[in-house]
Amino acid sequence: MSGDTTVSTSKTIQDAAKPAPEPAPEPRPQGEVMLEVDNLGKHFPVTAGLLRRQVGAVKAVDGVSFSVRKGETLGLVGESGCGKSTTGRMIMRLLDPSFGRITFEGRDITKLSRGQMRPLRRDLQMIFQDPYSSLNPRQTVGAIVGAPFRLQNIRTEHGVKRAVQDLLELVGLNPEHYNRYPHEFSGGQRQRIGIARTLALKPKLIVADEPVSALDVSVQAQVVNLMEDLQDELDLTYVVIAHDLSVVRHISDRVAVMYLGKIVEVADRAELYERPMHPYTNALLSAVPVPDPSLREGRERIRLQGDVPSPLDPPPACRFHTRCWKAQEICKTVEPPLVRLSPGHEVACHFPENATVSETDTVAKAAVAHGASPDEAPLADQD
Amino acid sequence: MTAPIEVTGSDAEAQPEAVLAGIDRKAIQGRSLWQIAWLRLKRDKVALIGGGIVVFLILVAIFGPFLVQDPNVFHQNLNDPTFNRPKYGFWHSGISGDHWLGVEPSNGRDMLARIVHGARVSLLVAFCATLLSVVIGVVLGVVAGYFGGWVDTIISRAMDVFLAFPLLLFAIALVGVLADASVFGLSGNGLRIWVLMFVIGFFNWPYIGRIIRGQTLSLREREFVDAARSMGAGSFYILFRELLPNLVAPILVYSTLLIPTNILFEAALSFLGVGVIPPKPSWGGMLSQAVSTYSVAPMFMVIPGLAIFITVLAFNLFGDGLRDALDPRAK
Repeated sequence: MSGDTTVSTSKTIQDAAKPAPEPAPEPRPQGEVMLEVDNLGKHFPVTAGLLRRQVGAVKAVDGVSFSVRKGETLGLVGESGCGKSTTGRMIMRLLDPSFGRITFEGRDITKLSRGQMRPLRRDLQMIFQDPYSSLNPRQTVGAIVGAPFRLQNIRTEHGVKRAVQDLLELVGLNPEHYNRYPHEFSGGQRQRIGIARTLALKPKLIVADEPVSALDVSVQAQVVNLMEDLQDELDLTYVVIAHDLSVVRHISDRVAVMYLGKIVEVADRAELYERPMHPYTNALLSAVPVPDPSLREGRERIRLQGDVPSPLDPPPACRFHTRCWKAQEICKTVEPPLVRLSPGHEVACHFPENATVSETDTVAKAAVAHGASPDEAPLADQD
Repeated sequence: MTAPIEVTGSDAEAQPEAVLAGIDRKAIQGRSLWQIAWLRLKRDKVALIGGGIVVFLILVAIFGPFLVQDPNVFHQNLNDPTFNRPKYGFWHSGISGDHWLGVEPSNGRDMLARIVHGARVSLLVAFCATLLSVVIGVVLGVVAGYFGGWVDTIISRAMDVFLAFPLLLFAIALVGVLADASVFGLSGNGLRIWVLMFVIGFFNWPYIGRIIRGQTLSLREREFVDAARSMGAGSFYILFRELLPNLVAPILVYSTLLIPTNILFEAALSFLGVGVIPPKPSWGGMLSQAVSTYSVAPMFMVIPGLAIFITVLAFNLFGDGLRDALDPRAK
């Protein structure tokens, strides 16, 4: 029941003792693609000297591609500094991409100006990480949650105040707190205020950047469940950025794993947690704490050696080869492409774990197509 | 997995307030940070005394000149021509029922009237100069901090230039040039007061500009700015609706602390003879006159000195108290 163990990190010991059955993931409608990200990248220039000569670039995001279907939740995981937040901010166009393309509902939004983006902002909203800095301390809750209406010039049926109070009620806050200031609320309540503001414009897609990582564990579950309820109620599509695998497992339909500015594996939730293929994903999953000591016994804990290499000068070819226990010569010379091995499961690795013979074959062919010599590639999965 | 982590806490979270609200409806009304700052300021006795003196001085500067005697009437009958000092009063100050702060040596003009009229000049120059500094400093500081890049570079270098400027020498030279001139129909003391305000105000803005730039730099990185932008807000909205309200506290505090500096600067310029010129009274000018008679009539020097001292101290105490009250870390 590894499924229970992950979620119980956000739960009390008492409940962990009586593991509830894994909920059948509601089959979300496989709607049309809402957001498509194609080879997106962000390089932050590093300058030096009086003339601001560019001496290098931090390759925060270096060519990621994924798509999000209507009504689904895509989880974006990875350790600190792997570029997941930067990706989220580029989708929101809070950062300008260095290269690549973002398509939202069939429209290329990569190059839109601020003025052209403004009407699109109604459909595209963001939940922020830190509820202590995402609310302006000098504004009342009413002003904060009502700001989207004013900024987008939306006339509400019964006035802005009524609309704001409805939103506060929707996220489980007392509507009479309209006149209060953010500092009078707890972290969880503040995050609810932030969510109410996000929902004000009835967006279609919400990018949630670490929505619960700044909250107490007991409050995290409330906020995650609120987000799920709202998804059902308002037909939302989420991109959830998180480093907490338990949160991602709880909320996501599909999960993309990032390492050093690249996506290394994308899979359906159950598939990823049960049959992780990329060594990095395996290492990440093995780091999830298991609260049950008897289960802990038989588990293999993968300890990665060393630190994440600097994004200023990432390793060539496969970026994980410096820390990978399966790395061979080919990993240092040929970059593994993101290959679809089974429906809904893509991996960027020359030597995927838990792979069938035919899948290994697919990987080898893809490697050859990307410039590996045929001698190197077929050696796959020997250990 | 949804079962064990039901959203039950959320209702409980909102409950205590709801219960309180039933008992006392006013509990729902939020306390703004200003109200909290006022509550804190009320407990700070020293700041309150400073603030009281500041209010009193402002009232004196506005209404005082209508209540006191004519500051230019000579009372030479009170003077002892041998020693060139008032005949009567404590320390030969000339203090009496008619002249509460005494009279000046030789001419015998009423000191209270001259101090009160001097307060008007001092405070007027200090307030207007501070206002000018604050307006320039806040606008340029916010713009530099928010936009960054080459805009920031240019404004920051301009600040360095202004800070390196020999302000005192410039003021002396400028007033010297304009001494007998007539600009915009202004001449004499009318012109000199405007020149003082301009020189003091225009060259002091980098101090507040730097503070505001730094504050803006840190505020800009807060997520509520990104939140506003993600809702479609433009730079103008973010600067004036999101950032500026957060800057009011430092602006207020540093303005209050800049005023006494400017009072001192005005007094120094008048003392050096490039400020307000006689017969119009000014505190610095009175001190400068007192230099020649301090050995026989020390009170002539003590009284304007005390006026400057008390004013500067009061503004500083009030400014410090205000800073403590508005600083969220001071909780």
